[in-house]
Amino acid sequence: MNKPNSKWKWAGLAAVSGWAGRALEITTKAHRQAPRNPGTRRHHRLGVSGKPREPIGSALGAAMVEMEKARPVWNNPLQFVFACISYAVGLGNVWRFPYLCQMYGGGGFLIPYIIMLVVEGMPLLYLELAVGQRMRQGSIGAWNTISPYLRGVGIASVVVSFFLSMYYNVINAWAFWYLFHSFQDPLPWSSCPLNSNLTSYDEECEKASSTQYFWYRKTLNISPSIEENGGIQWEQALCLILAWLVVYLCILRGTESTGKVVYVTASLPYCVLIIYLVRGLTLHGAINGLAYMFTPKIEQLANPQTWINAATQIFFSLGLGFGSLIAFASYNEPSNNCQKHAIIVSLINSSTSIFASIVTFSIYGFKATFNYENCINKVILLLTNTFDLEDGFLTPGNLEETKDYLASAYPTEYSKIFPDIKNCSLESELDTAVQGTGLSFIVYTEAIKNMEVSQLWSVLYFVMLLMLGIGSMLGNTAAILTPLTDSNTISSRLPKEAISGLVCLISCAIGLVFTMEAGNYWFDIFNDYAATLSLLLIVLVETIAICYVYGLKRFENDLQVMTGCKPNWYWKIIWAFVSPLLIIGLFIFYLTDYILKGTLQYQAWDATQGQLVTRDYPNYALAVIGLLVASSTMCIPLVALGTFIMNRWKKGKTVSV
Amino acid sequence: MSSLRTKGKEMRDIYLNEIILKGFYSDRMLVALLPALSLVTVIHAQLCQPGAKDAFKVRLSLKTALGDKAYTWNENEEYLFKAMVAFSIRTFSSREKIEISNVLLCNVTKRVSFWFVVTDPSENQTVPAGEVQGAIRMNRNRINNAFILNDQTLEFLEIPATLGPPTEPSTPIWVIIFSVVFCLVIVGIVLLIVSGIRQRRRKSKASTEMTDVEDKCETMVTIENGIPCDTLDSKEGRTNRAFAAGDEKLTPL
Repeated sequence: MNKPNSKWKWAGLAAVSGWAGRALEITTKAHRQAPRNPGTRRHHRLGVSGKPREPIGSALGAAMVEMEKARPVWNNPLQFVFACISYAVGLGNVWRFPYLCQMYGGGGFLIPYIIMLVVEGMPLLYLELAVGQRMRQGSIGAWNTISPYLRGVGIASVVVSFFLSMYYNVINAWAFWYLFHSFQDPLPWSSCPLNSNLTSYDEECEKASSTQYFWYRKTLNISPSIEENGGIQWEQALCLILAWLVVYLCILRGTESTGKVVYVTASLPYCVLIIYLVRGLTLHGAINGLAYMFTPKIEQLANPQTWINAATQIFFSLGLGFGSLIAFASYNEPSNNCQKHAIIVSLINSSTSIFASIVTFSIYGFKATFNYENCINKVILLLTNTFDLEDGFLTPGNLEETKDYLASAYPTEYSKIFPDIKNCSLESELDTAVQGTGLSFIVYTEAIKNMEVSQLWSVLYFVMLLMLGIGSMLGNTAAILTPLTDSNTISSRLPKEAISGLVCLISCAIGLVFTMEAGNYWFDIFNDYAATLSLLLIVLVETIAICYVYGLKRFENDLQVMTGCKPNWYWKIIWAFVSPLLIIGLFIFYLTDYILKGTLQYQAWDATQGQLVTRDYPNYALAVIGLLVASSTMCIPLVALGTFIMNRWKKGKTVSV
Repeated sequence: MSSLRTKGKEMRDIYLNEIILKGFYSDRMLVALLPALSLVTVIHAQLCQPGAKDAFKVRLSLKTALGDKAYTWNENEEYLFKAMVAFSIRTFSSREKIEISNVLLCNVTKRVSFWFVVTDPSENQTVPAGEVQGAIRMNRNRINNAFILNDQTLEFLEIPATLGPPTEPSTPIWVIIFSVVFCLVIVGIVLLIVSGIRQRRRKSKASTEMTDVEDKCETMVTIENGIPCDTLDSKEGRTNRAFAAGDEKLTPL
C-alpha cells in the first residue's frame, strides 16, 4: 500500500446520541513527519511497480486522488465500531424504548422490533457506512460526489443538526439542576413544601405529587399555556450557560479534547446501567414490573401503530440521516468489512435498549408496588379511624372480608366513607406509561426517593444522563463545526476556538428561549417536529440516490473492489425495493396523521388541577413548526434547483465564449 | 356525626363485652370507682363526652409507630397523658392550679382513641377550647416525645399540627456546588485557550524559519499511485525505465 507524503495519526472518537440521532464529524490531529528533501522523493517514485490500477468508476478515482493527501484513518477497526456504538446508544434507548415496550404489548413488542431491525435498521446502516467508506468524505462532499444536484442532502443534515443542538442542551441543563440538588438531605423532591400558614402542604403539591411539583413548579416554573411566555428563569439560564460551557470545553481543541472526553461519556453510562440493574432487581416489587413487561400482549401486534412505532424507533435510534455515520466510515480503511460492523453495531444498539428497559421496568415495578401498598395502607387507616378498630387489626390480608363485614354491619357509615375508598390496583399503577423527560425527571426521581441512600442513587443517575447528553452534544456541535472549519473562507479568518465559541454562543442565546416559563412547550415543539419528517426524507433520497442515480451495480462493484466481497442478494433487494417503500410508508403515515388530527395539540400543566391538560397550538406556534420542517426539507430541492441554474448559466457563458 | 358517635359507642360496648369476659377493666372500674367517687364520676361524665364543649378527641396508633416495641395503653399511660396536658396548660396560660385530676379522659377505645377535657377548679368550668388548642400546639413536640410518637401517630383531631419547615441554609446548597463546577470549567477553558495560542505562536515561528528551506520544494502535489498528476497529464507520458531498459539486456538470437 503506498503511503501518502504526510502521515496523519487518528486520535478521535465518537459520541453518544439520543433517539433523534446526531451527526458526528471528527477532526484530526496531524503529526507531520520530518520533511523529505526532493531527492528522496523522486527516488521513491521511480521504485514504484508499473502494475496498472484496476479500472474503477471515475468518482472513486477522483475521491482517492483528492483524499490521499489529507484522510486520516482509525487506528484499528475496533475504534470505529466503538465510535458507532457510542453514537447510536443514547437517551432514546433509556427513555423511549421502555415506553414503547409498555404501550405496545410488553414482550410482544420485541417481535416487530426485531423484524424491523433486520429489515430496515441493518440494511440502512450498512448502506450509510458503505457510502462513507467508499466516498471517503463527509456528508456534503459524499453526496456532491455522487451528484452535484444532491449536495442539498448534506446541507439538510447540517441544518437538522443545528436545530437539534439548540434544544438538546436544555436537557443537560435540567440534568445539572437535578444533580446539584441531589446533594441535600432529604432530597428536595421527596416532600411537599408547606403552605404559608404552616398548617399543611402546598395546594398544587397536594393535588399532584411531590416529584411532579418539583419538576413543573421548582424546575420549570411552567406557565399554564404556550401563549403566556413569562420571564427567563435565572436558575435554568445559569444551568444552560454552564452546560454550554462544558460542551465548549470539550470541543475547544477538536479531537484532542473530544477524544479523551468520549472515553468517559461512552463507558460510564454502561457502568451506571449495570449498577442500576443490580440495584433494580433487588428492589421490593421489581418482579411485578418485570413480569408485566415480559408478558406479551399479542393482540397489540394487530395494531398498525405497533409496527409503525417499531420502525420509527429503529430508524431514529441508529441515528441515520444525520451524516455522522458517513463521516465515521469515511475514516475507514477501504478494505474494512463494514457489513460485519453494521450488523454488530445494530445488534448492540438494540440489546442496549432491551437492557435499559429491564432496568426501567424493575424500577417501575418497585414504584408501582410502593404506591399500591401506600394506597392499601391509606384505605386501612381510613377504615380503622372511622370505625375505631384496634390499631393493627386490619391487614392487607383480611382487608376485603373486613370491608364486606363492615359494609353489612354498619351500612350508613360505610356508605359515607365509600367514595373515599379507592380500589387499589397494581395493574393500574403499572399501566401509567411515561416517556421522555417525564420518565427521567418524574418517575425515576419518585422511585429514587424511596430507596435507601437516595442521594447516592440520584447522583449516579443524573451523572449517567449527563454523560449520555453531553456525548450527544459533542456529536451535534462537531457536525456543525466541521463544515465551517473545512471551508477555507471562514477558517482562514478565525481560529478554531473562536468558531467553536461563536457557535456555542449563538446556540446558547437562542436556547435561552427554552428557559422561559413557557420554554418546555417550545422544547416539545422542537423535540417532536425538528427532526422527524426531515430525516425520513433525507434517508429516502439517500437510498434512491444510491440505488438509482449512482447505480446499484456500480455500487456493488465498488464494494467488491474495496472489501473483496459482494453484498448479498438480500441487501440488494432491501436497498432497492423494501427500504424505500418502508420509508415512503412511514412518511405517508406521518403526513396523514398530521392531516387527520386537524389541529396539532400539546399537553399543558394546569396548576389548579395538578395534572396535564390538552390544548391547541396557537397560530404562530404552528407557523414555527412549519418553518422548522420546511427549512431542512426544502434544502434538498432548492440546492438541486440552484445547481441546475448555475450549470445552465455556466454552459451559456462557455458557449457564448 | 352523632350517629357515628353512637355507633362508635356501640362498637365500644361490643369490645367492652369481650373485655368483661376476659376480666380486664371490669374489676377496676366496678371496685375502685363506685363507692367513693361516684358523685365526682357523674359530674365528670357530664363534662367529658364525645362532642362535648371544649372536648378534643385523641387518636394513637401505637402498633403503626412502634411495631413490636409498642407498649400497651393502660392507666399509667393515661396518667402520663393527663400530666402532659396539665403541664401544657400550666405553661401556656397563667392557670397555676391545674392538676392532673382536672384533666378528664373518657370513651377509651381499643383503637386507641379517647376524648379529653380540661376543667378549671377555681372557675368550676372547662378551660376554653382555644386555650387548650394553643397549649397543645405549643408543647406538641414534648407531648410527642413523651409517648415516642410523632404528629401522624398521636393525633389531636381538630388541633392542626404546626409542620416544621425544613431547615434552609442561608445560601442554597445547589448554588455552592454550581459555583464550584462553574469555576472549574472556566479555569479549564482559559487554560486550553491560552495553551492553544502559545502552540500556534510557536508553530508560526517555526514555520517562518522553515519556509526559506522549503522554497524550492513542491508543497502540495496531488498524487496518484505515487506519481504526480501533472506529469501524467502531459502528452508524452512518462517512461518507466524499469521496463524500457529491458530490451538491451536480451541476448540477440
